[in-house]
Amino acid sequence: MFYREAGQFKSGYAADQAMFPIPQDRYVVIAIVAFAFLGVPLIANEYWLQAILIPFLVFSMAAIGLNLLTGYAGQLSLGTGGFMAVGGYMTYKFTTFWPELNIVACFLLSGLCAAGVGVLFGIPSLRIKGFYLAVATLAAQFFLVWTFNKVPWFYNYNPSGTVTAPPRTIFGTMFTGPEASAPARYLLALSIVVVFAFAAKNLVRGRVGRSWMAIRDMDIAAEIIGFRPFQTKLLAFAISSFYCGVAGAMSLFLWLGSVETEAYGIDISFQVLFMVIIGGLGSILGSFLGAAFITLMPILLTNAPQFFGFSMASDLQKHIELMIFGGLIIFFLIAEPHGLARLWQIAKEKLRRWPFPY
Amino acid sequence: MEILNAFFVSPFVDMAEYPVFFAEVVANGFLTGIMYSLVALGFVLIFKASETFNFAQGVMVLFAALTLVGLQERGVPTWLAIGITVGVMVLLAMAIEKVMLRPLVNQDPFILFMATIGLTFFLEGFGETLWGSNVKRLDVGIPERPLEVPLGGDFMLLNEFDLWAAGIGAVMVLGLALFFHRTTIGRALRAVADDHQAAMAVGISLRTIWVVVWSVSGVVALVAGIMWGAKSGVQFSLSLIALKALPVLILGGLTSVPGAIVGGLIIGIGEKIGEVYWGPLVGGAIENWFAYVLALIFLLFRPQGLFGERIIERV
Repeated sequence: MFYREAGQFKSGYAADQAMFPIPQDRYVVIAIVAFAFLGVPLIANEYWLQAILIPFLVFSMAAIGLNLLTGYAGQLSLGTGGFMAVGGYMTYKFTTFWPELNIVACFLLSGLCAAGVGVLFGIPSLRIKGFYLAVATLAAQFFLVWTFNKVPWFYNYNPSGTVTAPPRTIFGTMFTGPEASAPARYLLALSIVVVFAFAAKNLVRGRVGRSWMAIRDMDIAAEIIGFRPFQTKLLAFAISSFYCGVAGAMSLFLWLGSVETEAYGIDISFQVLFMVIIGGLGSILGSFLGAAFITLMPILLTNAPQFFGFSMASDLQKHIELMIFGGLIIFFLIAEPHGLARLWQIAKEKLRRWPFPY
Repeated sequence: MEILNAFFVSPFVDMAEYPVFFAEVVANGFLTGIMYSLVALGFVLIFKASETFNFAQGVMVLFAALTLVGLQERGVPTWLAIGITVGVMVLLAMAIEKVMLRPLVNQDPFILFMATIGLTFFLEGFGETLWGSNVKRLDVGIPERPLEVPLGGDFMLLNEFDLWAAGIGAVMVLGLALFFHRTTIGRALRAVADDHQAAMAVGISLRTIWVVVWSVSGVVALVAGIMWGAKSGVQFSLSLIALKALPVLILGGLTSVPGAIVGGLIIGIGEKIGEVYWGPLVGGAIENWFAYVLALIFLLFRPQGLFGERIIERV
């Protein structure tokens, strides 16, 4: 990089323990966040916000959640879609039951519901590990989606079975519902993601995150040095499901506006897992990179043929897209199994020595 | 009280009152279970030899069936088409070994699992690019007449096709057992399954073994594809059977061939009984998750599955 740690002396514990110990890193992060808040709503059009940026934010949130569970605590989960469904449907219930309650409070409450459900489905993790656990969490995925499909109470006995985000305002600005403007929804999603991303970053640096990593690296050894596997694993499930639940609520209220249970299907679980793997296990930055990659890739693939000036039948194009997507995943895993976050780290190390590598 | 009665008493009363219907449900579940087992077998073979959880098994079933139907549609006789498809599956196995497994050797099983999901996407797109995505009928000449089997003074309805499926499944398992226990290459496979490094030390080539194992599970996928395709048409949803095979696998134990069979039967029968007797009480379509919840509860008591190797942890 064009700056380095050398010569940047710390004169206190607070400075040493800062989230971004190098000032330049801190400025870059602040600049990016400021740009996302102030610049993007001015320059991005409706299509960009609705088709790219809002889904990116929703999936980043879900990917951070899964990354806490899989990347930090080492518990493989395929139930992300189910936990997101809990968030979406419970927010809908809360906000239709108490219309005057602030929508963000509804998000948080439904996140807590998702956390409770996550703990329930996390209990088997005490006995089951690895792939067995992954399949066990599929039970959560299928059971939860089925429940929201079959119990009419969850969609307020609506004959079509879809839930639609009702219009809700905060400080007089419409944030959800069909009339809410894309920039408003984008800004609310961005605020939630920024707050929770910083929370996650701090969580994994502290006692909780370290106990998760200890359990991930070797649970027996962690148990011997005094971490309680029961509490640690269940806490990981709870917090991860909280994030996923809020992401599910965001996807209904800020992105899609109206969903059926298919929107939380098994495909979503796999997609989020891909984001976490491609982005990098055990990295908050990786969750963002993975979410960006997986949301942008299909859009790029769809537009690429037009860009190069030849056209194909749409179903053939869809198949070829699938092939390229699958091929790219394999390619990325071979090229860098530790994900984009690791590539970023390598690039940084290379740049540090540039232009005089030894 | 009424709820308790509806859940815990009346289903059993129904079973006792109409034993023939109950037998039909069980037989139906048994045969579905065999079909699940066929898919689960492919998983087990690969997991044993390479500790790879091959998520692409379901899509290999689809791919094999698509290739077979595609060849048939172009006027290739069935026996030749089956032969060519076997060849294609072997080629596929070689390609997978060369492109995907070799560079990823020694990686975390987790990474390999993700790679097989990538393979799933690729094969799905590839198969449908080659052969088109509309639903196709697969007919390999297995009769589909209903049969009436006498049972305690009454008659039970069975489909001849299902009996064929059961028979083919049994032959398949027997063939695999013989292959594993009576041939040199089978012995090498078991050696690799036991201990990779020891197997390499006595001169077994891991690469060859991987190709063989992926080919064999490709052939198993073809058989499963023929059976499922003849039953419900060759279409994209065929690849979703993989999801159904997962609870079968963990119920039986990831490393056990008999486990795949027994697990398949338990899931098949349990699912049908659950759907018929308890499904209407909770709104139906419980087949989607019943198998998983069954497997989940079961795993709580026996984390390695029915016949899986005991999980020993050392620090």
